[in-house]
Amino acid sequence: MAQIHIENVRKDFGSFNAVKSSTFTIEDGEFFMLLGPSGCGKTTTLRMMAGLELPTSGEIYIDGEEVGQKPASQRDIAFVFQMFALYPHMNVGKNISYPLRCQGMSKAAVKKKVGEIAEILGITDILNTPVGGLSGGDRQRVALGRAIVRDPKAFFMDEPLGALDAEFREHMSEELRALHDRMSATTVYVTHDQLEAMQMGDKIVVMNHGSVEQFGVPQDIYDWPATKFVAQFIGSPPMNFLDFNGMIGKGGSEVHLHETTMSIPKSIDGANGALSFGVRPEHVRLDDAAPYRGRVKATEYLGTTQIVTLETANGDLKARVASSDKVTVGDQTGLTFDPRTITLFDAETGAALRSQANEGVLIHG
Amino acid sequence: MAEVTLTGISKSYGAAVALDDVSLIIPDGGFVVLLGPTGAGKTTTLRMVSGLDKADTGMVTIGGRDVASLTPAQRDVAMVFQQYSLYPHLTVRQNLEFPLKSPILQTPRAEIDRKVGAVAEVLQISHKLDNKATALSGGEMQRVSIGRALVREPSVYLMDEPLSSLDAKLRSDLRIELKSIQADSGATMLYVTHDQTEAMTMATHVGVLDDGKLVQFGSPRDIYENPVSVYAASRLGQPRINVLPSDVFGGAPKNATRIGLRPEQIMQGEGEDSFVQRVEHLGDQTRLHLSFKSHDLITVTDAHTTLKEGDIIQIRPDNAFYFDASGARVS
Repeated sequence: MAQIHIENVRKDFGSFNAVKSSTFTIEDGEFFMLLGPSGCGKTTTLRMMAGLELPTSGEIYIDGEEVGQKPASQRDIAFVFQMFALYPHMNVGKNISYPLRCQGMSKAAVKKKVGEIAEILGITDILNTPVGGLSGGDRQRVALGRAIVRDPKAFFMDEPLGALDAEFREHMSEELRALHDRMSATTVYVTHDQLEAMQMGDKIVVMNHGSVEQFGVPQDIYDWPATKFVAQFIGSPPMNFLDFNGMIGKGGSEVHLHETTMSIPKSIDGANGALSFGVRPEHVRLDDAAPYRGRVKATEYLGTTQIVTLETANGDLKARVASSDKVTVGDQTGLTFDPRTITLFDAETGAALRSQANEGVLIHG
Repeated sequence: MAEVTLTGISKSYGAAVALDDVSLIIPDGGFVVLLGPTGAGKTTTLRMVSGLDKADTGMVTIGGRDVASLTPAQRDVAMVFQQYSLYPHLTVRQNLEFPLKSPILQTPRAEIDRKVGAVAEVLQISHKLDNKATALSGGEMQRVSIGRALVREPSVYLMDEPLSSLDAKLRSDLRIELKSIQADSGATMLYVTHDQTEAMTMATHVGVLDDGKLVQFGSPRDIYENPVSVYAASRLGQPRINVLPSDVFGGAPKNATRIGLRPEQIMQGEGEDSFVQRVEHLGDQTRLHLSFKSHDLITVTDAHTTLKEGDIIQIRPDNAFYFDASGARVS
């Protein structure tokens, strides 16, 4: 297994720039997520790592070796696609053993290896069945088996669960993660589903418009987004932004939001102008006595919690509160925000302002 | 607007029983969501009300009137399907006007303009009114097809997974939008989905369907907090309710065979040891995958928990649900 490092990688398709200069490192044995909306460049990035596309400029290192211009066949990686393509005329065992037989491995060795893989995937009893009649899950397991059987340096997966329905997806994502934990193989996984990324990833890269917006461990990215894009893309409902014109000095820890003073983590650089006050829904509290006011526009029951949509002087806001709290549409209420969790953003560029709380986490690509 | 009732509806397609003696009242102004997995009979129920299909036995009434002899057009219902179908050669405005121009309705021009304008406003497509329908994104097309149902102000709206082809952000916006349109207009709505978030957040009543049978009907809170069976309990709640043999914790009622534990029904830090197999930081909360006496369990804890894989945590049931061998709830 291997460490993968990409350095200033860029990809142009004609005049279209698909990936801007990207740099990040995937450590040996990590489950690494490339996350972003469609068209953000995540699949192109993965395909460049795999050798299915060659970068326009920049370097790609697998296990210390620069492979940027090498074809896929010389990189010793395995690729699992969203649409699992199996050989329809072969049975399960033959599909899995195909890469080994191509390498000219002895019959006995192939049999042993396929047996081990089938065991890991729990498909021993269907080794002799044709792939035609298999369920979606079993087909995906066979496709995985064919990837795993070669013991490659890394696994690359492009939305491997995208075609499955929600319930089964949840199950397969757990299975994939457990499989990774048993084999501790370096895995790079592309998805547009933020929950899937949070759930499965050791680390996440968030991409948008061909650029890396943020890179780090899931909880850090959730707590301390580097940009407004990340703050909105991760979390459901997303982070709230209360827009205001104001200032904060170097070392300051208060801002004025519609004539109310709000405490925030100590600012490092200070700022002046159009700002956004970023707060996650679960850090908003409804408190009748609080001076900052909102009007309840809608409530959504979610079992243990409910989402309350409020109108404030600085824009709409969603709060996640206990479903036992009595909240009525049309009511006026006071709002407080947990001061330790606040991020200020430059409203124009969308970049987070550095504070004592997020300083260590804001690593850009 | 109108009350809709279904009484003793059964429907088979060949040997397959799609609906089995379903009785249901959709109150005037109610927002009823039918919930269940693929094949449970949700869409078939909708088709019975719309008149696209006829029941083998049973009766459907709309506004107190038996509609058995009425065609879909005469029933004054508006349907929205998962796969939007717009007239591709018409503009958005013409698509929205189309139902109003029907010879049965004879809507005056000024009235048409007013209604189309109002609906376009609500669905945030005012700026696209003069675009060709085919020049829209998928989300916009679906909003137009919802809009086409809304302009008619029919007795009943029937919607079959109208949001499932949209992306997450638009889905959550339209959830609130649909709910407020329905609440403001007092429309009667029958809505089919397999998305539990839609069911919980929009419905005044949820009907849980299992294999053609209506197994529970009540408010989302009712069904979440007071499920009649292990099946109904599994329909709502994320992560899903944990179901274990009832004897693993002790203290189960006599005829119970299984215990059902939602995350909030698992008290942490008291009781017996369980092993932390995996910790998933989801941002606003953390999911714990636990192993308890060789059974798997999923529960949630604080976003910033210090628990790690391999730790031991004590758990005990707190106000758990119990179910008998047939899956029915026992108290």
